[in-house]
Amino acid sequence: MGLRSYIATRVLLTIPMVMLLLTFVFLIVRVLPGDPVLLHFEKAASPETIELMRQRLGLDKPLLNQYFEYLAGLMHGDLGKSMQDFSPVGQQIFSAFPATLELAIYSMIIAVGLGIFLGVRSSQSYNSLQDHSIRIFGIVMYAIPIFFLGMIFQMIFGVFLHWLPTGGRIYPGMAPQGLNIGDLHISTGLYTIDSLLEGNVFKFVQALRYLFLPSLTLGLVLCGVFIRLTRSNMLETLRLDFVTAARARGLKEKTVLYGYAFRNAFLPVLTMMGLQFAVLLGGAILTESTFSWPGLGRYLVDRINFRDYTAIQGDVVFFGILIALVSLVVDVLYAYLDPRIRL
Amino acid sequence: METERGLRTRILPELKSLTGRGLAGWMVIIGFGIVISIVTMTLISPWISPYDPSALNVGPLRSPPNGEFPLGTNHLGQDMLSRVLCGGSIMIQVAVLSVLFCLTIGVPIGLLSSYVGGSLDKIFSLIMDSIYAFPGLVLAITISAMLGRGVVNMALSIAVVYIPSYFRIIRSHVLTIKELPYTVAARAIGAKGRTILLQYILPNVVPSIVSVATVNFADAILTAAGLTFVGLGITKDIPDWGWDLTDGRILLPSGAWWVITFPGLMIVLLALGFTLIGEGLNELLNPKLEQ
Repeated sequence: MGLRSYIATRVLLTIPMVMLLLTFVFLIVRVLPGDPVLLHFEKAASPETIELMRQRLGLDKPLLNQYFEYLAGLMHGDLGKSMQDFSPVGQQIFSAFPATLELAIYSMIIAVGLGIFLGVRSSQSYNSLQDHSIRIFGIVMYAIPIFFLGMIFQMIFGVFLHWLPTGGRIYPGMAPQGLNIGDLHISTGLYTIDSLLEGNVFKFVQALRYLFLPSLTLGLVLCGVFIRLTRSNMLETLRLDFVTAARARGLKEKTVLYGYAFRNAFLPVLTMMGLQFAVLLGGAILTESTFSWPGLGRYLVDRINFRDYTAIQGDVVFFGILIALVSLVVDVLYAYLDPRIRL
Repeated sequence: METERGLRTRILPELKSLTGRGLAGWMVIIGFGIVISIVTMTLISPWISPYDPSALNVGPLRSPPNGEFPLGTNHLGQDMLSRVLCGGSIMIQVAVLSVLFCLTIGVPIGLLSSYVGGSLDKIFSLIMDSIYAFPGLVLAITISAMLGRGVVNMALSIAVVYIPSYFRIIRSHVLTIKELPYTVAARAIGAKGRTILLQYILPNVVPSIVSVATVNFADAILTAAGLTFVGLGITKDIPDWGWDLTDGRILLPSGAWWVITFPGLMIVLLALGFTLIGEGLNELLNPKLEQ
């Protein structure tokens, strides 16, 4: 199978999965015991108000009609209306998305970087004290609730040492504008990139300072998986003949480890990055709430507190589509890098 | 019966020689030690707590750890030691229930679907893969928000997230075992499908189920804490580590570290106990990795 037909098959497989997910979320909100409108008002509203709310949100129509309207809306990027002020949920989600994306990118860099480094170190000294301590470190990190780790960091680096800010993305009113040349306006919504486009190093440093604790928290919790994966793959690769040959030729241990062995152990790490993206988004919800990071996760928690079920549905649908797309991209990338997959 | 025999022949000898198995053996022993101590502590907490954990103003507000209140007090003047001693009960209940749900729903579906095969298997696999690909916490939050508060509801929403893990591991085993000579032979001498599933296949899948279940325990505890943190916890009337952590957030700026540190450490310990058991068992029961 050529790369092109592999991509086509993979895209076709994604469609039923996304449809299933959309249907699942639709049903959770409507069919599970607990009427969203009643729950929203916590039963403290007159029947007229409740009926009016149902009409405005289209929840009074037959289920099948609702379902098709919901799907048709999604085609146009319409994620429904908020129960609180009937504002379009899609707009709020799109404006919150860059914050989550930025947090996700930096956390992933920390998780993968630290995971690979510790994993290689661990495999290098198999069954030694170093190996055991690195493994235990990974296990302990896995067992820490993200928000607890976040609060500990806030307490140490924010409250006691005053080194780093404990919440938000940047000082109020300091958000970088991106590149502005005449009519041309380029802005990514990622503060670290926008501040550089603006040419403002101070803002860049500030953006990094605000990013540091949240992404370290999320990255640390995720790095365990990468440690374990790198370690087991390296242990396998290090036993192969070409590694022995490289060593016999007198190459430096570092070159052998990273230049030879690790290059062969990298593909599974790449796949894991795709798989971990879903875990990362889940973790982002808790990290964002802990650090008042204005992204999708905090939006979700915020909406839960307002019992805004239509907004919750929109947010969850967005998460679902995002993950389906990421796993599609990872699979295609994987097939490109390793032609065996396409066979 | 067969399941029991499977357990006896495959797991018990492993457990007996735990201490001689290096790091993995010790992880299982320490993990069990932690879990058993915490469960015991929670069970006997009504008799050993110095104060009523829910009583307000038993001491000064926000008092740091001292002789009278070894773990300090929170902003309501509640004794943190008493709250830490009994705060695990909800989390443990939720975790146990969710694992039971997973076992009673996930295991039969996994066995049946992969044994029968065909379109039934395809449909179940698609559903399970879709759930598996989705961020567990987001799903648990959505279901939990719709079902409302309650131990059973919380356990159910966590179970939905983890059933696919059981399904996948069981399926991968059954697909292999189904084709092994002894299963084929059993079918050839006319054994019924049920007999083959329960007596030939299940006992061989049990070790994997056990290691998934221990990881499931750890995840359930962390997810339960997460659900509480986003405001979907059971009720504030019952002392709970998750609530104490969530409430402790507002005290962070004042530097009251003791309010979050002790409940948080208890969650870490409990989750760590299960993770250690899971990791250790995984290595002992699937010795491939070690060789």
